[in-house]
Amino acid sequence: MNELVLEGVGKTYSGRRALRDVSTSFAPGQITAVLGPNGAGKTTLLGILSTLVAPTTGRLLWGDEILSRSSTARGAIGYVGHDPGVYGDLTARENLTLFAALHGVAQPAARGAEMLARVGLPDAPADAPVRTFSRGMLQRLALARALVHAPSLLLFDEPSAALDPAGADWLQGELRAERAAGRIVVLVTHDLDAAGDVADRVMVLRRGRLTFDGVTAGGFSAAAVRDLYREHTRD
Amino acid sequence: MTSPPGQRVPSFLSQVARIAAKDLQIEWRSREIVATMSFLAVVVVLIFSFAFVVGDARPAPAVTAGILWIAVIVSGTVGLGRTFDREREGEAIRSLLLSPAPRGAIYLGKLVATVTLMLVVETVLTLLCGFLFAGGVLQNVGRVALLLALGTVGFSAVGCVFSAALLRSRSRDVLLSTLLYPIVVPIVIAGARGSSQLLDTVSPDLDGALFWTQFLIAVDIIFVTVGLWAFEPVAVGD
Repeated sequence: MNELVLEGVGKTYSGRRALRDVSTSFAPGQITAVLGPNGAGKTTLLGILSTLVAPTTGRLLWGDEILSRSSTARGAIGYVGHDPGVYGDLTARENLTLFAALHGVAQPAARGAEMLARVGLPDAPADAPVRTFSRGMLQRLALARALVHAPSLLLFDEPSAALDPAGADWLQGELRAERAAGRIVVLVTHDLDAAGDVADRVMVLRRGRLTFDGVTAGGFSAAAVRDLYREHTRD
Repeated sequence: MTSPPGQRVPSFLSQVARIAAKDLQIEWRSREIVATMSFLAVVVVLIFSFAFVVGDARPAPAVTAGILWIAVIVSGTVGLGRTFDREREGEAIRSLLLSPAPRGAIYLGKLVATVTLMLVVETVLTLLCGFLFAGGVLQNVGRVALLLALGTVGFSAVGCVFSAALLRSRSRDVLLSTLLYPIVVPIVIAGARGSSQLLDTVSPDLDGALFWTQFLIAVDIIFVTVGLWAFEPVAVGD
């Protein structure tokens, strides 16, 4: 797997600069927590990494390929956002089978069942549409959907926002498992403790600028993350 | 974590089929869109029948054709308004756009599903018009059906693009009709004129209907081609 490199990436919406000249890289086998106050550009950055948002300036390089909406590498991206990203009128299995098939996974139904077991939903009601699921079940399904094609780049936007403490612990375990599998994991969160628990690297954004980007071999403590956040988001 | 076995990029047509089948599967389960469209179409025809069917008197072929196409356009607009609702709920559109399925395949998949649902409603509509207004509908049912099918393809081709473009607009229902109707005027004119010529039981103008059929084929080719091109920039996940 290759590093994902951002070169001078910026985004402007109707004259408002949401992201300014961000140059950095994301390494495989590393969890990067992206922190910052509301409106700092975190979700815009995630949107650009996912290729759903086109940068106004700069470019993304993944290996030899420029990552964009038309690049084939798009198929190696998994995204877990605020919403589950599934069809409420389909069952969990039908959703996973659909997305596995769209990604060209052989035996999509079997892969869907495998992913349901992995995220702890093996007994998800076979006939129940997912709109009847609890928020926690939906978040597990969202993760299964994002992982169904074994992506190399995993993007998470506030994934634990609606989870109870047990669910949040489970999610952290999943993030670590993905890191161990050598994937690039980018986590946008307001939960500084969670960031401290799992992140190998912390990035802080403020008003669209990257104000801190640091890696430590042993990871960050929650207290260290809080200090970093305060220091680098101060006016 | 195990990798999925044997991953390969699916063909364009299989992506189209998957997306269309998904929409039809959801609709088969809920019957929500077809029921709403059918209800509206039947109400439109019945209201006109109260005005035009008096005793043994039946409306002229041109009037019947107009009623038929008004019902098609009105009910079709309702269906188009819901075309991307399922993608919006739960942000499934983001997952769909992140899949390797080309935007063109997503567009054609939605188009196939929309056309299929509209054709189901039009079957009911045609039979109802035949029963209430004129035997001519059933006399030339194959040709009328062809005109309706071609008109439906063109109408949906434009409608799917606008429906996707208005995905995140709060007033999308109002905007959809406002944007859609001026562009589909050629389809309505061709459909209504062609149908009118076929519904005349005494001397149907088959050559005239053939002209409008060919006209609709040309319009469909243009609209689907433009739709494929226009869908790319309007289908956004943010």
